Amino acid sequence: MLNFFQSGRMMAIVERDLRKFFRSPALMVAAMVFPLVQLIVLGNAFGGKIKDAKMGIVSHDTGPQAIRVIEALRAVQSNARTFQPIVYSDEQAMVAAVRRGDLNAGLVIPPQFSRDVYAHARPHIGLVLDNTDNFMTATFEDQLTQLVEALNQPEVQPRVVQQTALQVVELYPYIEYMKYLLPGSITLAMFVSVMIGGGIVYIDDKARGVHEGYLVTPITKLELVAGLNVAGALKAMGAGIVLTLLGSLIAGVGSTFQLANLLWLFLLIAATSFAFISMMFVMMVRVSDPLIPRAVFGILNTLLYFPSGAIYPIQAFPKWLQWIAWIDPFTYSVRGFKAVLLKGVGIAAIWPDLLYLGGFAMVAFALSTLLFKRTL
Amino acid sequence: MAQHAIQVVDIVKRFGNFTAVDGVSFFVEEGEIFGLLGPNGAGKSTLIRMMTTLLDITSGTAIIEGADVRKDPDRARRSMGVIPQAMTSDGDLTVWENLSIYSKLYGIPAADREKSIDELLELVDLNQWRDAPARNLSGGMRRRLEIARGLVHRPRIFFLDEPTTGLDPVSRVAVWEMITSIKHKRNLTVLITTHYMDEADRLCDRIAIVDHGKLVALDTPRALKSSIPGSSVIEAQFLQPPAGWQQTLEKLAAVNSIQPEGADMYRILTDDGSKTTTALVEAAVRSNVVVKTLTVQSTTLDDVFVHYTGRQLRDQMVDSPLYVSPVAWGK
Repeated sequence: MLNFFQSGRMMAIVERDLRKFFRSPALMVAAMVFPLVQLIVLGNAFGGKIKDAKMGIVSHDTGPQAIRVIEALRAVQSNARTFQPIVYSDEQAMVAAVRRGDLNAGLVIPPQFSRDVYAHARPHIGLVLDNTDNFMTATFEDQLTQLVEALNQPEVQPRVVQQTALQVVELYPYIEYMKYLLPGSITLAMFVSVMIGGGIVYIDDKARGVHEGYLVTPITKLELVAGLNVAGALKAMGAGIVLTLLGSLIAGVGSTFQLANLLWLFLLIAATSFAFISMMFVMMVRVSDPLIPRAVFGILNTLLYFPSGAIYPIQAFPKWLQWIAWIDPFTYSVRGFKAVLLKGVGIAAIWPDLLYLGGFAMVAFALSTLLFKRTL
Repeated sequence: MAQHAIQVVDIVKRFGNFTAVDGVSFFVEEGEIFGLLGPNGAGKSTLIRMMTTLLDITSGTAIIEGADVRKDPDRARRSMGVIPQAMTSDGDLTVWENLSIYSKLYGIPAADREKSIDELLELVDLNQWRDAPARNLSGGMRRRLEIARGLVHRPRIFFLDEPTTGLDPVSRVAVWEMITSIKHKRNLTVLITTHYMDEADRLCDRIAIVDHGKLVALDTPRALKSSIPGSSVIEAQFLQPPAGWQQTLEKLAAVNSIQPEGADMYRILTDDGSKTTTALVEAAVRSNVVVKTLTVQSTTLDDVFVHYTGRQLRDQMVDSPLYVSPVAWGK
């Protein structure tokens, strides 16, 4: 039997940690409540389409083309209900209402608009936007661009169409925002579990002297670190499995429950849990103050979760943030879960993510064992 | 050279520029109860932590049952049971589970584990609480659980770091009796650190007094008591004594030394308690000084302790880093 590694001693640490964990269900619930609340609240709050925004209209032209524009706006009001047109007679009053927030946008049809249309003399209409709200601005721009394009179409199409048209083919059914958030929420649940089980509880035990008891026994550094890592990973896996099943039911992701997908999801949960717990140990292995893991919880959450692509595409990040995403194990976990949950693809798509998470876990585990002090 | 159960030779521990233990040497014979006595911050816990492999030794040697703790810490750990100052048992686990986990950490075979734990529970009188969570135990019971935990692997040497700190007087006496009984039943050599004089006096065969990291005295309790001047101690408090009263007391018959204790109280070490007491009362009557309280007693370990360590308060800074630098990789 190897003197530096006896599985019995490692398993004693795992047993102690799991017994303690299952006697404090509050810890387990706390690890899952936050990601579930985030999934439900953010999933419902974001991703919806804007309805009934208020748009002022000032028309300085009473010609047929101006009437055509206003009719098109009223058609949007009746169908997509993106905005309600409100007619103003004074342009200055309308702009002031946009500034005050009484209106979300304003449309100005200039004098002689109809004549310019007929004369092909670069007719234009003006859109006044409250650009403090990017999402609202983009929605108005998008909706009115479509409307203007429709107005620009000739009433009689030429026999040979010379303009290039884009035909969009969507590979997957429409993904609601809650489904889009689910991979990030599962990953976050494992991270919170690791933060509580591997960070806060570990340092609390250390401060209470529990580790002093371990250090006077013949247990080796490798056994002790491995035991604490395995216990932490098992707890994180529990959180990951519960969140995957519950979250899939809440978000309506049916593909989760296919047998092959369950296997890929399990592999992802296991790899993510080990990567997270070993990362946490590298950070906490030399910490002795119980306040530190509590203080860095929020920072780590922001630093690792947000750059991962869980809530916004990585391609939109500045270079430095993309670098964080590149090394962040969250990124690979989220990407793997998206592949299985949203695209239904298997090992062919997720093996690079599994490889990175496994490699990350091994490097971090080796580093934390090296850094672990066998003395007080 | 005969092998001692514990042998410490010129051991030193430095934390940066601060020397916590400075060249201490002693040995403990097999079957002995050896006490390390000293004020807070004297270096007792640092000393015991070096012997039990919890702290690296800066220089010197500690040999436990023939195993050098620096060269063969694993063998040293197997031969000793350690009860650290902190409660290391897990409050969320039951008494039985706590002992079971530690049995596994010491590699006790599964076949022997249950029997061994049952024996220990009998030994520390916790059998009826075997399924109770450790957090529900009283301080004294929790300390008994700690003692059982330190004995799961049948060690030959037993280290106890301030085992009765924080316990009520009844629990303290119960723990003393338990240590004495277990020592005889299991043929143990015991090293105990304490700052309670009565504990050291009652339990220990020999006592080492440590102060400022150095060994200042080492002998049996009786020999230590007779090593200081004076066989009796008089404690007297006076009502508004005149100026120069301490000098008057110093001139009384058989007085060795006087320590003012504040509030017009004096502690007088004397070779003849009755002679000095008579002289003191006569001097008070002559000077028209009222004696508020007066006690006479034989020399105790308190007097030995005060004699060797002095009476000034020991304020010390404790370095408590938020993060331990990874300089000592692999340690």
